[in-house]
Order: sequence, then C-alpha cells, then structure tokens
Amino acid sequence: MKGSLLWKRILQYKMFYLLLLPIVIYYLVFAYVPMYGVTLSFKKFMFNKGILGSPWVGLDNFQYIFKYSAFWTAFRNTIVISIGRLLIEFPMAIIVALLLNELAGSKMKKLYQTVFTFPHFLSWVVLGGILVNILGNTGAVHLVLSNIGLENVSLLSDPDTFRGLLYTTNIWKEAGWGAIIYLAAIAGISPELYEAAYMDGANRWKQMLHITWPSINGIVAMMLILAVSGIMNGGFDQIFNLYSPAVYNVADILDTFMYRLSFSGNVNLGFGIITAVGLFKSVISLALLVMANYFVKRMGQEGLM
Amino acid sequence: MAEPTVLTQPAGNALADDQRLATRGKSKADLLLHALFIILSVCALFPFYTVLISSFGTPTGIIRPTTFTLEGYEQIIKYGVGRAFTVSVAVTLIGTFLSLFLTTIAAYALSKKGMPGWKYIMGFIIFTMFFGGGLIPYYLTVKGVGLMDSYWVMILPSAVNTFYIWIMLSFFREFPVSLEESAKIDGAGDFSILMRIVIPTSMPVIASISLFYAVDRWNDWYTPMLFLTDADKYPMQLMLRNMLTSISQILSMNNGVSAIDQSKVKIPQDSLKMAAIMVTSLPIMAVYPFLQKYFAKGVMIGSIKG
Repeated sequence: MKGSLLWKRILQYKMFYLLLLPIVIYYLVFAYVPMYGVTLSFKKFMFNKGILGSPWVGLDNFQYIFKYSAFWTAFRNTIVISIGRLLIEFPMAIIVALLLNELAGSKMKKLYQTVFTFPHFLSWVVLGGILVNILGNTGAVHLVLSNIGLENVSLLSDPDTFRGLLYTTNIWKEAGWGAIIYLAAIAGISPELYEAAYMDGANRWKQMLHITWPSINGIVAMMLILAVSGIMNGGFDQIFNLYSPAVYNVADILDTFMYRLSFSGNVNLGFGIITAVGLFKSVISLALLVMANYFVKRMGQEGLM
Repeated sequence: MAEPTVLTQPAGNALADDQRLATRGKSKADLLLHALFIILSVCALFPFYTVLISSFGTPTGIIRPTTFTLEGYEQIIKYGVGRAFTVSVAVTLIGTFLSLFLTTIAAYALSKKGMPGWKYIMGFIIFTMFFGGGLIPYYLTVKGVGLMDSYWVMILPSAVNTFYIWIMLSFFREFPVSLEESAKIDGAGDFSILMRIVIPTSMPVIASISLFYAVDRWNDWYTPMLFLTDADKYPMQLMLRNMLTSISQILSMNNGVSAIDQSKVKIPQDSLKMAAIMVTSLPIMAVYPFLQKYFAKGVMIGSIKG
C-alpha cells in the first residue's frame, strides 16, 4: 500500500524528474566519472589501456611524490600563500565594506564601488598582461623605482617581492567584489538602529563596532569557512599568468605544479603520479572544510553544513 | 545543509543611506575617507589608463600620451584577432544560452522539496562542490568523450555551475506557492507554469545568472588551453595569452634561468599587445553597467539559515 502511494507521488512529479535529467547526466559525466578516475592514483597509467585497464601499483605513486622535493616546495608554497591571503586579503574586503558604509548617503560611494569592482570581471590573462606592462622593465612602476634609486628591482621576477605582489594585485582585483556581499548585509540594517545609537551618544566607531559588525559577522564566518577550505588552491589563475621560472621556488603551488608536470613538456611525471597529487590535495581540502565548519559552529556561528 | 537567503535589497539602499547621513552629519573623518578612496581609485584605474594609451602607440612607461596611432589595432587584425573574437562571441552566446536553460529547469525542479528522493538528488549535486577528481581524471574524461579539439569543449564541460544553480534555487524557493496553485487550477501544466509564470517573474535573477555565465565563458582561457591544440580554434583569451607569454620568456631570460634563443621568439610590439588586451576586455566593459545593476540588486547569498 505504502509502495503504491510512493509511486503515485513519483508519477505526480514526473515532469520535474525530466527537468533534472540533463544535469544529472552532466554531473555523472563531468564530475562523477572523473571522481572514479582518482583510482588512477593507485595505478600506473598507460595510454593504450586507459584508466580501467592500467595496472594497479598500490601506493607507489604516493611514495614517489613524497620523495620528490619539488612537490614539497609546491605544497609549502600553497600553504604559505594561502595563509598570506587569509591574513592580508580576507580582511580587506571587510574593511572596504565597513569604510564604504561610513560614506552612506554620499554620491561618491557608488562611484568608488564602481571602480573597485571592475577588475573582478576581467580574467587573469588580461590583468596579467596589464601588470607586466606597468611592472616590467619598461613600465611606469619600474621607472618610478629607478628614479628613487632602485634600478635593478624587477618586482615580477624577484623571489623577495613576488608573493607581496600576488597579495596586492589580488586585492586590486577582488577586494571591491568581496565587499559587496558584506555591503548587502549592511544594507539590511534598519537606519533606526543607528539613529538610536546616535541619540544615546555612540560615536561612529562605536556604531560600527556594535551595530554594523554584529550584522555581518555571520557572513564573515561563512566566508571564512569557504576561504579555509580553499587553502589547498592558492590561486592558480593568478599565479599561472604572473610567474616565471625565476620565482618557481616561492610561487609554484600544487595546481601549477600539477599542470606543468603533466602538460608543459620538459619534465613529465606521468598521469598516475599527478593524479595522486590531486587526490592528496582534494582529501586535505575536504578535511579542512569539515574542520573549519566545526570550529565556526563551536564559536557560536551558523556553519555551512 | 544550510540554505542561502536571497537578499533582494539593493546593496546601496538609498533611502536608508539618506536617513543615516541625517543622523550623522558631516565630519572631518568623511573628508579623510574621501581622500583615501580617491587615491585608491586612481591607483586602481592607473594600470588600465596606461594600457589604453599604450594601445594607441604611446611607449610604455610614459604617462602623458605622446602619439595617437591605430597601428596596434591594425596589426592585431592581421594577427587573426577577428577569428578569435568570433569564436569567443559564439562560444559565449551559445554557452550562456545552454547554461541558462539547464540551470533554470534544474533549479525549478529542485525548488520542489516534496519530490521523492529530493535529498539524494541535492546531495548528489552539492557533493561535487566539495570533492572532485582533480586535473588528470578530468582531462582524461573530457578527452574520452571526444571533446578534444572541438569547439564544444568550451561549452559542455562547464555547462552548469553548481553555485549558480544554488542561487537560482533559493530564489525560486521564495516564489509564492499560491500563484502556481491558481495557475494549476486553471489547468496549466508544470512546464507551462515554469515558462509563463515563474520565468517572467524571476527576470532579475535570470539576468544576473546569465551575465555571470557570460562573463565566465568570455574569460575562460584554461579549458581551451587544456583541450585545444589547433590554434585556429583559439578564443580571444587564449590568443592573448599566447601573445603575452613571450614577455615572461624575456623576463626569465633576464635572470638567466631559461635560455630561449631571442631570434626565435618573435616578440609582438607593445602597442599590439595592449590593443589585444583592449579588444579582449571591451565586451566586459560594454556589459559592466548591466552587471553592476544586477549584481547589486539581484542575487547575493546573504545570511545562512539552518
């Protein structure tokens, strides 16, 4: 009896199942087949045999990468750069939002927002080209630096400055965009709250601290979870379009490492080994997500899951 | 799984802003903030300005425009920019249309929480946001379905974005059930309710999502780099990348790391590269006013409720 009832409901929803069919196929082919493909981490990939037919090699691939020094360099760089981003870039969007909010009512606020959000919509290929133009050996920034006596500074190829450049240029691209989500939450605050605080003699700093901040800290927590779960990424698009062999030592992250050692020709580690690097990365990412979510919940905020 | 709430309020609520201004008055701190933001704005725009003047022939490093020539633009036309631009436009239009269609029907279906098995389908989709096969299995899969060197490789593997489905889904969830029910009583089927009632009333979210998809597609250089070997099929971004990489080769040469025979690398002139950057960014600049209108007004994942 219960079974037939279920069938009746399924039939009732048949149109919606049909609407879902295309994306279910999409996810099966482009997400779940590759997920099955991680078995390649435990195989020696042979082109003529494919993923299924390649022979199992146990943990050989992992043993290989754990002994490979460039892998550890990339791993260390990924973590260091991501933590740098978390400490330097992450707060920037919040600060921009809080400061822009202080200019509420000013016509200029909209203009600033327009300027700060624009670079978000351009690709790192375009922005990389622009940056090389002004930072390169004939660029404006280089000329300014040589005028103050720093003649041989080449920001893009100097290992000492490269990471700083990554943070700065990513702030340029993303801080304005990142601020929007906070500004949207701030826009939901009733102006009467500020009014009442003002009457009670709270200055602007106190208003920011006790009215604006509490209204966005839930979103900050959510963004923090996402940022922490992305620690293993490190920003492929940006780095890939800005780095050069001169800075590999400080800039090569797992994603650039995997791409270069699979496709760029000079050294090719083999697909099995690179898949193992990918699996290593995905597993840590997933663990980070679960952990960040747990800690945010412990701190009294609502988590993602 | 938490659900996102859609904030339908504009990011700059003008009325509330005015009220706040009244309670705060103007102070010296305001002037300081304006000064700060003006300096930052100038810094943010300066790189674009230099590209603009360089594309018209001013040598890089010079801040006041010295010449005005269209040579750079003429040269990139000879370089084959017309073809790459056409590829990009076609991929963006077809891709966006397909993505929007798939995302809309899927999000609408998923907004029906009463559907048997809803939880499993949702889990099946959301899980892909948190775990993936990684570069090589993805590469082999896309190659395996025969998309290597096909224009469709720029469209199909990225046909839907889980995050955008989620945004649209939460928008549909707010849709008044009564409207749908009264349409049903009038004898409308599920599909015609979607087409004739749900979609027309959801235009803001549809506009934002289609703009997001379009920008993503226009900016994609990675997929074609992985899967296209035939340079005739390159879109704008990849063609631009190939023109620009000669620069990083020079950079590494200066440091003596990589020894590339300079005579073999034909380095395009600066104005040519800058003109290519301009042409690649032009469509984004053209839609930017619309983007701004919709991303502020339409869809931001706001607060999270359990």
